[in-house]
Amino acid sequence: MIFLNFLISGISLGSIYAIIALGYTMVYGIAKMLNFAHGDVIMVGAYVCFYAVSRYGLNPFAGVALAMLVCTVLGMVVERLAYKPLRQAPSLAVLITAIGMSYFLQNTALLLWSSNPKVFPSIIGRGAFKLFDGRLSVSHVTVLTIASCVVIMAVLSLFIGKTRLGKAMRACSEDKGAAQLMGINVNATISLTFAIGSGLAAIAGALLCSAYPTLMPTTGALPGIKAFTAAVFGGIGSIPGAFLGGIMLGVIEIFAKAYISSQLSDAVVFAVLIIVLLVKPAGLLGRMTQEKV
Amino acid sequence: MSKKIFVCAVMVLAMAASAFGASFKIGATGPLTGGAAIYGMAAMRGAQIAVDEINAMGGIQFELRYEDDTHDAEKAVNAYNALKDWGMQVSMGSVTSKPCEATAAENFADRIFALTPSASSAAVTEGKDNVFQMCFVDPNQGTASAQYIGEKGLAKKVAVIWKNDDVYSKGVYDTFAENAGKFGLEIVSTTTFADGNDTDFSVQLTDAQNKGAELVFLPMYYQPASLILAQAQAMGYAPKWFGIDGMDGILTMEGFDKSLAEGVMLLTPFNADAKDDRTVKFVAEYQKRHGEVPNQFAADGYDCVYAYCQALTQAKADPSEDAESLCPKMIEQFTTMVFNGLTGENVRWSANGEVTKDPKGMVIRNGAYVGLD
Amino acid sequence: MTMRRLINLKRVEARRIYLTYAVVIVAYAVCQVMSSTKFLSSSMRGMLVPICAYMVMAVSLNLVVGVLGELSLGHAGFMSVGAFSGVAAAIIMQKTITYAPLRLAVAMIIAAIFAAIAGFLIGIPVLRLKGDYLAIVTLAFGEIIKSVLNNFYLGMDSGGLHFSMLTDTTRLLKGGRLIIRGPMGISGIQKIATFPAGFILLMISLMIVFNLVNSRSGRAFMAIRDDRIAAESIGLDITKYKMMAFVMSAALAGAAGALFAMNYSTIVANKFDFNTSILILVFVVLGGQGNMLGSIIAAAALTILPEKLRQFSEYRMLLYAVILIVTMLATNNAEIKEFLGRLNPFRRKEEAE
Repeated sequence: MIFLNFLISGISLGSIYAIIALGYTMVYGIAKMLNFAHGDVIMVGAYVCFYAVSRYGLNPFAGVALAMLVCTVLGMVVERLAYKPLRQAPSLAVLITAIGMSYFLQNTALLLWSSNPKVFPSIIGRGAFKLFDGRLSVSHVTVLTIASCVVIMAVLSLFIGKTRLGKAMRACSEDKGAAQLMGINVNATISLTFAIGSGLAAIAGALLCSAYPTLMPTTGALPGIKAFTAAVFGGIGSIPGAFLGGIMLGVIEIFAKAYISSQLSDAVVFAVLIIVLLVKPAGLLGRMTQEKV
Repeated sequence: MSKKIFVCAVMVLAMAASAFGASFKIGATGPLTGGAAIYGMAAMRGAQIAVDEINAMGGIQFELRYEDDTHDAEKAVNAYNALKDWGMQVSMGSVTSKPCEATAAENFADRIFALTPSASSAAVTEGKDNVFQMCFVDPNQGTASAQYIGEKGLAKKVAVIWKNDDVYSKGVYDTFAENAGKFGLEIVSTTTFADGNDTDFSVQLTDAQNKGAELVFLPMYYQPASLILAQAQAMGYAPKWFGIDGMDGILTMEGFDKSLAEGVMLLTPFNADAKDDRTVKFVAEYQKRHGEVPNQFAADGYDCVYAYCQALTQAKADPSEDAESLCPKMIEQFTTMVFNGLTGENVRWSANGEVTKDPKGMVIRNGAYVGLD
Repeated sequence: MTMRRLINLKRVEARRIYLTYAVVIVAYAVCQVMSSTKFLSSSMRGMLVPICAYMVMAVSLNLVVGVLGELSLGHAGFMSVGAFSGVAAAIIMQKTITYAPLRLAVAMIIAAIFAAIAGFLIGIPVLRLKGDYLAIVTLAFGEIIKSVLNNFYLGMDSGGLHFSMLTDTTRLLKGGRLIIRGPMGISGIQKIATFPAGFILLMISLMIVFNLVNSRSGRAFMAIRDDRIAAESIGLDITKYKMMAFVMSAALAGAAGALFAMNYSTIVANKFDFNTSILILVFVVLGGQGNMLGSIIAAAALTILPEKLRQFSEYRMLLYAVILIVTMLATNNAEIKEFLGRLNPFRRKEEAE
């Protein structure tokens, strides 16, 4: 029973990593860039939601919707100002700009919202489903997070697989030059990718802070790195991979704490990651790209 | 708007004071940005209130300058050097332990006296005759906690959750573990967390619960502690909770469900709900300026400035003296004087820079501190 | 670098190398003079050693990122290994080598050896991967090093050295000293790092890197970077060359770590985290991949910048972020690049050649 409880804790934590990783992997898949500011967009989303709900008494779901709106706009503005001018630049330059953007968002948040941690009101309360006479409990937030992940995954897969815009995205991800020649507006497609990714970040922010309710300007940074790891773990660019990678990472982290050592859990998590990448160099569900000679 | 006017007024006052050239320059470093900014900002704001109060009285005048060290030893030394260039005469060290260890070594080498508000590790003062602490030193907190729990018979079986990459947490944990046996406590569960895995505490709490811990000792700051309390409640685990001074502030978090902290005990030198005049006045002023209830760091910062005020007055020091000539005078004053502040009555310092004051045992009842005993 | 080889180089390349050395030497001389005449502020004086350490870090990372073309996100891990092993060595040798500069030199060599070993061990799995996967594995190793050092205890007493993991079980005899104390790191370090030592380390690093880059191996590195498959098809042993660059880079980072750590009275493993790795990567990218002089200048500029922004108090780090973004945008803007290129007489000659 303890084992099952730990498994559930792992899945709860993992589902949070997964939902952040979805945003990472989507942007990477299409725009081929590691958007290190993603974690900080999550933080902004959580703050917007916090103020909407706690200060202005909005319905939590309206709060999330507002946060999505703000983050989508923020994502598009960031993309327009900081990433778009670097479309032709080496990928490292974009990486550094993203890191600069991450610092920028964190420090703006610090000035706007102060360093005092805020306790986030859970968007669906702190209740839990009790199973086996209460010996096993699964919190509502976990269920909601996993459900959101699955829904987002399905919608994203359908969107990318079936719609015209999705097709354009895939084309851009395969070959930007060729896509352009086929009459696809590459810039607009990438902007759209960022808009969707940032909208997802708002949902991730609300769920992250519902599960682990303290909110600070640095809240997004470390989960962001963990989620990035999860995305790579599952095969970066792959949407189901991000989900699987996130869940696995959460479960491994909790099991490492429980059965190996709480002191070395981070080392264990990263060691497992390295081993997996050595066996499957493109992550769990990643595609190995064939190199052309 | 009123805030702006106020800031202007303060600036005018500060400029006026410096124009006369008759003020003592107090320099300090602390994390004003980054993850630890909350502690640095609090200490700075508390100290600034004290400076403004003292300057308004018209006697001894102070000029306070805080530089950002982002909770990093390297940046703290940079900040310290910038303060030296500014002409710092006495120092308030750094707010957090590791940066303060680094700046304390500089203080010692440069013969600039330092009184840190809150850097509590033993290594801060070790081997340095001119570095003093306003807060309890970590090992003392560990021992005092074990003693308190043991002597009051709060529990026999104890679990500890500590932060494995934090000097403060480790310092308290070490002496707690060392002395627990002496006071009849049995540590049945010891688990840790660190930056990056400080969100989920189910494993730590399950371990404590399964090993039958009646009390969980939390040597950490209040932010992770608030998560632990929430998760313990969610899993239906209700042991006694015992925290140290870093726990102070938990009630002031915006949106915190105070019922979670019901019955939490902590050893803290400061209580924002205290009814004495000075505390009431300080808390009101802090709230007016910053819209928040001050925590222990703010009170420590405030006390440091008043301690300096007392020491400099008693030493009949003159603002024209340089840091090196003030240093021996301050050492003499601090090792002999008795100070009354927000964080303690009859505060004394030993020659090695450690403070002696009574830790106040507090318990949280109905969302407010109540004195234990 | 032997004279003959330098003569054999293309003139442009040789000139670039000379220019790098010249800039470093002149900058050192100017700083020394200003420092000894008290013309330099305490703030600047205090940054001389860390700037040297960061310059060496940038140069060494540039070997991997710029010359070899592989993204590493865990370079601070090697700095950490070097810092801890170097400082521990210096403390152990405190009684045996009383002459501080010699102790510093020996400590830096030991640090370089330990970091090189770490680089070799990490290189075995890492170099089988490529691209972003390689990057994430280096990040993972950086985190593992941090996590392990946070749980590592090393003590010394009359019975010799004792170490333990997770908890302190060294059980030192009376008079012993616990050197590395897990999360509390090392305290009470003697500050023996000096600016001249930093300068010498930087010069040695430059010599090693230039020598490597302009040798047979260096040409192999660049062939691998520019077209791995073509390089492989002409029979280059890719893993060997990659490993060589990786280990060399780790060793230099280790020495820099020891220099850095011995400039402060205390260090903790958390200092050398992902953010520090990123900071060094920023130096390399901003200075130009493969451009050692650029790395050096970027390291100095970005270390001094936040200090010079102190007057803006709470807006300091915000401004830093804005400047970073704007600089990246500007240096990658084709028009601005061309404009700068026209201003630079050095480059025009290069093109004419």
